[in-house]
Amino acid sequence: MSDHSASPAHAHVHRDDTGSKLGMWFFIFTEILLFGALFIVYSVYRFKNQDAFHAAALNLDTVIGTINTVILLVSSATIAMAISALQQKNKRLAIILMIATLALAGGFLVNKYFEWGAKFHHGLYPGAEHLVSLGPGQNQFFFLYFFMTGLHAFHVIVGMGFIIFVMRQVMRDQLTFDNYTRLENAGLYWHLVDLIWIYLFPLFYLIH
Amino acid sequence: MSDSVLTAGSPGHKREPSYLEMDTGHKGIFAWILATDHKRIAQLYFYSMMVMFLVGALIGVLIRLELMAPGRTIMDAQTYNGFFTLHGIIMIFMFVIPGLPAVFGNFVMPIMIGAKDVAFPRVNLLSWYLYVAGGIIVLVSQFVGGGPPDGGWTFYAPYSVKSATNIGMAALGAFMLGFSSILTGLNFLVTIHRLRAPGMDFWKMPLFVWSLYATGWIQILATPVVGITLVLIVFERVFQLGFFDPAFGGDPILFQHLFWIYSHPAVYIMILPAMGAISEIIPTFAQRTIFGYKAIAVSSMLIAFVGYFVWGHHMYTSGMSETAKWVFSFITFLVAIPSAIKVFNWIATLYKGSINIDTPLLYAVAFIFTFMIGGFTGLIIGSVAQDIHLHDTTFVVGHFHYIVFGGVGFAFFGALHYWFPKIYGKMYNAKLANIAWGLFFFGFNVLYFPMFIAGYMGMPRRYFDYLPDFYIPNLISTMGSWFLYAGIILMIYNLVKARRSGPPAPANPWNGVTLEWQIQSPPTYENFDEIPVIKDNPYTFKKESARHE
Repeated sequence: MSDHSASPAHAHVHRDDTGSKLGMWFFIFTEILLFGALFIVYSVYRFKNQDAFHAAALNLDTVIGTINTVILLVSSATIAMAISALQQKNKRLAIILMIATLALAGGFLVNKYFEWGAKFHHGLYPGAEHLVSLGPGQNQFFFLYFFMTGLHAFHVIVGMGFIIFVMRQVMRDQLTFDNYTRLENAGLYWHLVDLIWIYLFPLFYLIH
Repeated sequence: MSDSVLTAGSPGHKREPSYLEMDTGHKGIFAWILATDHKRIAQLYFYSMMVMFLVGALIGVLIRLELMAPGRTIMDAQTYNGFFTLHGIIMIFMFVIPGLPAVFGNFVMPIMIGAKDVAFPRVNLLSWYLYVAGGIIVLVSQFVGGGPPDGGWTFYAPYSVKSATNIGMAALGAFMLGFSSILTGLNFLVTIHRLRAPGMDFWKMPLFVWSLYATGWIQILATPVVGITLVLIVFERVFQLGFFDPAFGGDPILFQHLFWIYSHPAVYIMILPAMGAISEIIPTFAQRTIFGYKAIAVSSMLIAFVGYFVWGHHMYTSGMSETAKWVFSFITFLVAIPSAIKVFNWIATLYKGSINIDTPLLYAVAFIFTFMIGGFTGLIIGSVAQDIHLHDTTFVVGHFHYIVFGGVGFAFFGALHYWFPKIYGKMYNAKLANIAWGLFFFGFNVLYFPMFIAGYMGMPRRYFDYLPDFYIPNLISTMGSWFLYAGIILMIYNLVKARRSGPPAPANPWNGVTLEWQIQSPPTYENFDEIPVIKDNPYTFKKESARHE
């Protein structure tokens, strides 16, 4: 452990890059278990309502889902490139790549908005008469669809906030080529957001 | 180890300002609620948890009063339902789960590994804020909405979804308390991995640190499961999503699975740090090295691991395949082995030790006694055939309290008496402390043992009223609660008095050998003048400081 204490009063403030990253990894484990519980719920109900899940999944728009998958994959690449750019002392490129990541994330949310909006328009939301008339299994599918993609969208928003936070620090030279762990952690978190979507996408859109 | 550390606090050495006197740059209460020092955060937890504990215990006494005789005694049935729910939520989520890690883990763990603080001090403070916020939400849920939540701390669907009472808000509070627990576990894991003093490898860590390490893994890997399950309950109530409602293809049994996937490991979040504290107290008061150090350390990890796979034993009567039942039953029996390893090793440590019978040791011995009764009765209800008879009776309530109150409670207050001189730099009245312990221990057994008998006779748990056949055990049990509460009050009186006007404590009142006893009492803000270098096992009792050569 390296101890870069500035003054005796702040002797606790030490910098430990490996420790910070380890902390982020543990947090990612927690997040995976959080979604893991939902994947259990999904698999149990899919097993119990196979035909209804099949019929309900046909209502989802595979094209929008695919576009959003591509968007997230590209945004994972841009945030990773932002870290490399900062490591190579190219602050300007790093900021551009972070803005690109944010723009892609925004695009993902806009697509999500229209996708959800279309579902509401078609009466496919919890409590809607049309959905209730489709029977218990399809209801369960859409409960899970809204809850899991909604929770994922919440993580997208948190990840965007995290990236904006570190971007400000890069702009102010608080994060630099030899002190970039926080940016790396933001990247790790963003990859988690991506990873979860990689599982949500086939489960809801592709399995028919 | 450097001389400056060894001599600090010994007579003749000039005492430095402690963490209690340290100028933090904030005034009054802000010096505490904005503190990032692990020792101050430990105290924030300690005081908030003691308040919750006293409220929870008082509600427990009221529940016992109601059950003193058949029929209505002091409250109506709905109040009773609200009371046992609140008692459970407070005691589980606000006392025993944060329990030893949040207070003693925060205070002594960094010192035990030779660190100045935890890895993320500000996250540590955030954990406490989440704890307080969760606690406030649960308390507010008692007074607004559709009335105090009922249905028990387990939030079983579909009742928790259908009840008109304010269960959603209480579930939200429990979710936040879970978040607080996750952050504490994460913080401790990183601290233990990264901040150990030079020379302290994993096999030189004190056993309390080992137990916190095992606990940390359960906290980060099990808590999110119940967290999201409680959020599902909240969404089901607010947005009419029928996750656990059969009318929408949902399955209430699935809720029970998800709940116990966390809540059984949570029992090990409670008990592992308690076992860790006992593993510290016993060698110190036997004045000899712990017997089977590695076995105790590894058994903590084994309990944490195997504990993930036993949740089904809460659900033998809920509807599971016969195969699942016996598999869960078998694994439940397996988890008793590492627990027994610890008990045997503690006893072996005491054997031929040079025993000092001080208050912490009394608590430790009481822990072993109650934990064994709790453990053996756990095996009784862990076997499927007997559980069919005993499920949902007060036998289970007795078992549970012998483990969680008899285990965690005695370990918590034992740890409190053990580290009190270090935390406050004051000594308490040992005679009064022993009397309080006696009342506590006597009252505890009188309170909970009759529940085994009543349960065996068939008395259901959580019922407001009961048949006259169960009158005698219930009467005895209620009388026990008075002794228990008197013991707690006497203990608190004694400790508060000691904090105010007790004689100063030396740096090492019990002649302990782990690092926290090598620094002054109370510790300085930075714990160590110089970070110590570790060469030996943590429990090497030799004359003088030969172990540091």
